[in-house]
Amino acid sequence: MANLSKSARREQRLGYAFISPWIVGFLTFAAFPIIASLALSFMHWDIYQPPSWIGLDNFTRLFRDELFYKSMKVTLTYSAMSIPLSLILGLMLSLMLNLKLKGINFFRTLFYLPSVLTGVAVSMIWLWILNAEYGLLNNFLSWIGIEGPQWLKDPKWILPSYVVMSLWGVGGSAILFLGGLQNIPEHLYEAAKIDGAGTFRRFWKITLPLLTPTLFFLLLMGIIDSFQVFTQAYVINGRGAGGPDNAGLFYMLYLYQNAFKQFDMGYASAMAWIGGLLSLVLALVVYTTQNRWVYYEAEQPTQRKKVEK
Amino acid sequence: MNTKSYKSLTKGTTYVVLIALSFVCLIPFFWMISTSLKTKATTFQIPPQWIPDDPKWSNYVDAFSFAPFGTYITNTMTIAVFVIVGQVVSCTLVAYGFSRFRFRGREVLFMVMLATMLIPEQVTMIPTFLLYSELNWIDTYLPLIVPAYFASPFFVFLMRQYLLTIPKDLDEAAKIDGANELQILWKVLVPILRPSMTIIVVFTFTNVYNDFMGPLIYLNSSEKFTIAVGLANFLSSRGAEWNLLMAASTVIVLPLLVIYYYAQRNMIGGIASMGVKG
Repeated sequence: MANLSKSARREQRLGYAFISPWIVGFLTFAAFPIIASLALSFMHWDIYQPPSWIGLDNFTRLFRDELFYKSMKVTLTYSAMSIPLSLILGLMLSLMLNLKLKGINFFRTLFYLPSVLTGVAVSMIWLWILNAEYGLLNNFLSWIGIEGPQWLKDPKWILPSYVVMSLWGVGGSAILFLGGLQNIPEHLYEAAKIDGAGTFRRFWKITLPLLTPTLFFLLLMGIIDSFQVFTQAYVINGRGAGGPDNAGLFYMLYLYQNAFKQFDMGYASAMAWIGGLLSLVLALVVYTTQNRWVYYEAEQPTQRKKVEK
Repeated sequence: MNTKSYKSLTKGTTYVVLIALSFVCLIPFFWMISTSLKTKATTFQIPPQWIPDDPKWSNYVDAFSFAPFGTYITNTMTIAVFVIVGQVVSCTLVAYGFSRFRFRGREVLFMVMLATMLIPEQVTMIPTFLLYSELNWIDTYLPLIVPAYFASPFFVFLMRQYLLTIPKDLDEAAKIDGANELQILWKVLVPILRPSMTIIVVFTFTNVYNDFMGPLIYLNSSEKFTIAVGLANFLSSRGAEWNLLMAASTVIVLPLLVIYYYAQRNMIGGIASMGVKG
């Protein structure tokens, strides 16, 4: 662009200079690995020998691999259980946290806490709580006359155990819903009240539609996150194993086994692509349906302009 | 029933529910602390003792003498400091570039940056590992630190949103006084950006602290382990000694609780505003 003024050209140079850390990072940590991992998925590589091109073999092998299907099923079942539950419970919790009550900030702080504490220590606490004989949960269940299941030792109960653990962090999504709730203009409710709409009607017609952007965001994040479940599964199944009957073999865990225990890098790369594509496709499906159920019109146009400049 | 008593009834019920949920939320912590103070025999006692009559504080000493948790914590903190500095500096620069300068392809590049957030971690994991092993970075902290100096898209997005709400007149005024762009950023904007920087610091800290897969893959020598890997190893070697495991967990959770205590106001507000604009 030759007709740019001197100062505009200077501005342009400065702009590139300031964003250059990201550009370098993008090329090194996103662009290069993506291309390399695609190439690797068509190769056999055990790290010790140079890689060799094997075409589609990794993929055909994957589609015959029972554990691949199993890990996919584990991951998808887990998402199907944990995502809806955490959305519903998070929404309910946020409605309570949005009330103008004394000490409500205390509760907001408290419920958000578990979602900060993830990782190995928390997995360990849950491992102990879910212990079938001496754990707290079964102890509690026995007080109310229920004989608790074997949780982590029973292939049928291992995924519900993971769901219970994830629901402990439901305060994280509740806080996001709360942000959405606080953006709903009060006058909408007042108008609806004047029209004689009851609590439930107001919830269905105002609150829920106006929370759909948050719902949408959480749904997308939930899908992407569930394909990344690793730490809990690694710790709880015991050093990266799959759990009883591999019922706790999350996708990422099986990928890890292939890559860093078997050093079958090509095979693991193929797996990474299939998993990555699947989560991307699921995210896209959610994304493309958003016109049908996500409402953005409540955003005040003036405010929006200000944010986007 | 009149509206007033109806209102106080719902208020009362909400309190009861909230308090009950607080218990659910906190019981795992109580259970952790309580177990950490038990003897081996009372650990497995049914029904459990919530407050051990004879708290065994020596469990903490024992846990620390079985595994070098002090070293693990120091290692983790060292990594965290470098990562936080890198993340704050690089994200501020990049967000400043995206929000204050007009250049060709700015919108496209910004979209590309946002799109990279959608790339599943597993796709880039293996080549990244191979890259580091080519560079001979395995069993060093470099793979865990260096990427932080290249601005994470999520934080750039967060900070750019915040920068856009700061009027440009401020920059102009400083410019008239003869400040250059870096001086404007440092003297005028950085002080205002403090809340979003706090969010970056806290998020980065918790991410580093909780990161398990990174150190697991990149570190081999046990004296270099971070707290997450060290703790996981401790679990597999002391599997049945729940009192010791819980003592270790208590100590490890503590720094997170402290950080959370100091930062929660900024954090909760920051997160609440993210979902809607995300």
